[in-house]
Amino acid sequence: MDDSFPKEILKISDGLKKKKFSSVEITKEYLGRIKAYDREINSFITICEESAIESALEADNRIAKGTAGTLAGIPYANKDLFCTKDILTTCGSRMLSNFFPPYDAEIISRAKENSLVMLGKTNMDEFAMGSSNETSYFGAVKNPWDLGKVPGGSSGGSAAAVVANLTPLATGTDTGGSIRQPSAFCGVSGLKPTYGRISRYGMIAFASSLDQAGIIGHSAADLAFFLNIIAGFDPKDSTCIEKPTEDYSRNLNYPLQGIKFGLPEEFLKNGLNSDIQQIFVTATSLVEKLGGEIVDINLPHSSLSIPAYYVIAPAECSSNLARYDGIRFGHRAPNTSSIEELYEKTRSEGFGAEVKRRVLIGTYALSSGYYDEYYTKAQKVRRLIKNDFSEAYKSVDFILSPTTPTTAFPLNEKTDDPTLMYLQDIFTIPASLAGLPALSIPAGLDKGLPVGLQIIGNYFQEARMLGVADKIQQVTDWHKLTPKSNLEKKS
Amino acid sequence: MKENWDLIIGLEIHVQLTTASKIFSATSNSFGANPNCQANIVDLGFPGTLPVINEEAIKKAITFGIAVNANIANESIFARKNYFYPDLPKGYQISQYEAPIVANGRLRIHPAEEDSAIIIERAHLEEDAGKSIHFTHQNYTGIDLNRAGTPLLEIVTAPSIKTSKDAIRFLKRLRELVTHLEICDGNMQEGSFRCDANVSVRKSGTTKLGTRAEIKNLNSFKFIESAIEFERARQIALLESGENIIQETRLYDEKTQETRSMRVKENEFDYRYFPDPDLLPVVIDERIVESIRASLPELPDEKRSRYSKVLNMSAEDINLLLNSPSTSKYFEETLSVGLKEPKSSFNWITGELFRLLRKEEIDIADSKVSATELGLLVLAMEEGSLPKSKGKEILNNMWETGTSAKILIEKQISESSLSISDLEGWLVEVLTENRKQVEEFQSGKEKILGFLVGQVMKKSKGRGDPKLINDELLKKLRAQN
Repeated sequence: MDDSFPKEILKISDGLKKKKFSSVEITKEYLGRIKAYDREINSFITICEESAIESALEADNRIAKGTAGTLAGIPYANKDLFCTKDILTTCGSRMLSNFFPPYDAEIISRAKENSLVMLGKTNMDEFAMGSSNETSYFGAVKNPWDLGKVPGGSSGGSAAAVVANLTPLATGTDTGGSIRQPSAFCGVSGLKPTYGRISRYGMIAFASSLDQAGIIGHSAADLAFFLNIIAGFDPKDSTCIEKPTEDYSRNLNYPLQGIKFGLPEEFLKNGLNSDIQQIFVTATSLVEKLGGEIVDINLPHSSLSIPAYYVIAPAECSSNLARYDGIRFGHRAPNTSSIEELYEKTRSEGFGAEVKRRVLIGTYALSSGYYDEYYTKAQKVRRLIKNDFSEAYKSVDFILSPTTPTTAFPLNEKTDDPTLMYLQDIFTIPASLAGLPALSIPAGLDKGLPVGLQIIGNYFQEARMLGVADKIQQVTDWHKLTPKSNLEKKS
Repeated sequence: MKENWDLIIGLEIHVQLTTASKIFSATSNSFGANPNCQANIVDLGFPGTLPVINEEAIKKAITFGIAVNANIANESIFARKNYFYPDLPKGYQISQYEAPIVANGRLRIHPAEEDSAIIIERAHLEEDAGKSIHFTHQNYTGIDLNRAGTPLLEIVTAPSIKTSKDAIRFLKRLRELVTHLEICDGNMQEGSFRCDANVSVRKSGTTKLGTRAEIKNLNSFKFIESAIEFERARQIALLESGENIIQETRLYDEKTQETRSMRVKENEFDYRYFPDPDLLPVVIDERIVESIRASLPELPDEKRSRYSKVLNMSAEDINLLLNSPSTSKYFEETLSVGLKEPKSSFNWITGELFRLLRKEEIDIADSKVSATELGLLVLAMEEGSLPKSKGKEILNNMWETGTSAKILIEKQISESSLSISDLEGWLVEVLTENRKQVEEFQSGKEKILGFLVGQVMKKSKGRGDPKLINDELLKKLRAQN
């Protein structure tokens, strides 16, 4: 792209305030890039050209009047499971391919109040179920680094759009790794905050006790500024935590001297690609060089996290997705003659294979006679995993690991083997089960594909986590690597 | 030879709580709006919407728990009950399964008999579903979701009620309790107080419970009694002919007064209960329970014993007054004007006032004649200044015109009074017959005049105007002096 516009949030903000360019101009620039490049990447389901320019105009007015906040006029994109008033919200599913919510999700309202400009709605795995973005009804998203590879999922559209510079920022959601894994595959920074730090209101549920809204951007600093806007208590969400927010940018460039970083032995033992291992060692040495102390730790129950997750998440999803029955909104199968037939046809047509698989697994896990064996046991495992982390945080400040066991894999490679696909989330699921904040930042390339470094913090340690990540990004260029040449070749 | 069979009944009562808004949303909770006009995106189960518990519903459930001496859970959990039905918007109902808010309470069938207490196993909070409206449209079923999200307290008794009469007595006592606690309006027609009955029979002398049938769709005491009786006869007949009872849900048909099978156990839903991850456990502080306990209104049984001891009223009369909290409240207000004889007020309320209320279908709480006004009218009759025969006419006049009791009583007295010439004979008689009092008057004790006026009133059978008599007597006494 032409580099007349900066990519960093603070620089865009500064440019807007100093009238170097207007929000309308930069918005048009991004809309133009989406048009030029997204046909191939498929990272957007809906592009909001008109409304984006309208909000950009409003933002420019507010900036001119001097009543605008730091992020006013900055374009961003929303994962298509955040409800947006009168704008198509599909959740990547045929079931909601005609759904125009009459309300905004809480984080959308907050972004609107701060005059951010929504460029569009990003593609995702259907109902956020997937690790490759191939389950979307609207087609797979392609990894801008290699269009034959997946971008990761479920927030694959958001991660791909950011790295392709189709938007400086995007929202995502993370249930078992859906922000961190695509961020790692696409070489961008992605934050899943503490469960309950951001309102879930208006965020279409997959697994309520795990779903957490978060952010994908070019740098930890950018994430911090956006988190300042969307974090905070919301009385409309009972699981949202009533705790004052803080300035998440206050710890940027955090000194690492004396900070203890734990490396979980269980994550590094097996199943890890040796190149990723090497890149991870490089990253940890850097942390050490910056003054951080590396400590070996144990998370003894982490091997149980995938089975526990694949009971709890499907159980909750089987119930959360029961509302898609063709009665009040969404897809309704035509020409049915009984209520049972209406349900059956609507749900058979409306949901894709992966969603059906999980609804079935979850229904089974909750059924009478199996509940204790599966659901109760999984909840006990979840408790053990939580305890593992609390034990670990007695001796360390943060936990480091690779975000994923591999780099981006080829499209269609794992679609026929769900268990192989589920293993993608082996490093990300433990923090999800514990409700801990976790971040993935780029840590270099392996054979031309990005590798992610995961930083897991203790509860509500977002500011320090982002500070640590920013420190690393101050002294490295990993987050600045882009698949630029690849894209421009194609266009 | 015919064997003897014992009937065992367990009841499940759905009490609709009178909260201002729904249990998990801010929508109004009133009855009777146009279909689907009282349901917001939360009630409709739109994607991404979330429930937020209504504290008022929690407090009303605690109020009930305290009133039946139950345990109030320190931590209560909401669970999802999963099943598909078109009027159940989310595909699950938020209810309680493990850890209900109220457990192990008791309520007596006969207020004075401790051993008539029925155990209330649990009472839990849940949201109501909407309504499916069949038969009003030709080719489809209408769905009205106004009721979706209405707060319910489901009260479950132990299977320990032995007759249909006792079941009705218990339900009446329960209805009386929840209405006096002001947590439910008790309206059975509108469905605010609904009951399902679990009915089984077993051979007399045995202890193992028989297979039960759950009877639904019972919206009046009469139907409940008739359904239980029908079911008892049906089950006994089956057993006596050597057949088994199938565990099933049966629907009562009010036209045929029979129950018929709705679904058998094999087809029962597996509700797949699990704790609702959208709601945190409700932690109930002991201090909240204590503050609710301290502000609990007088319970029906406390009222009952007060009316009986202090006012000396019969059990039958008391039941009539306790039928609704507004009736007993009205009654007590009439007494507050200083009535000595509660029975007379009771008679006026349950007689003429009830007739007027029924005629215009008005609740006593909205009576056109206030309790104080009726009290003043009854007081005038009690004191003798108004003949009892005039009460009905004046009450009707008050009802129709809204004129105060005081004005109508004064008007009545002055209009109906006899003239001086009519009274002359009695005036003379009284002065002659009460020499002693006349002398006392003459010697300066002028208060005695009241006694003399009373004597004339008595002779005139209340038809004299006391003021006129007073003046005339005074004239005569002064003239004698």
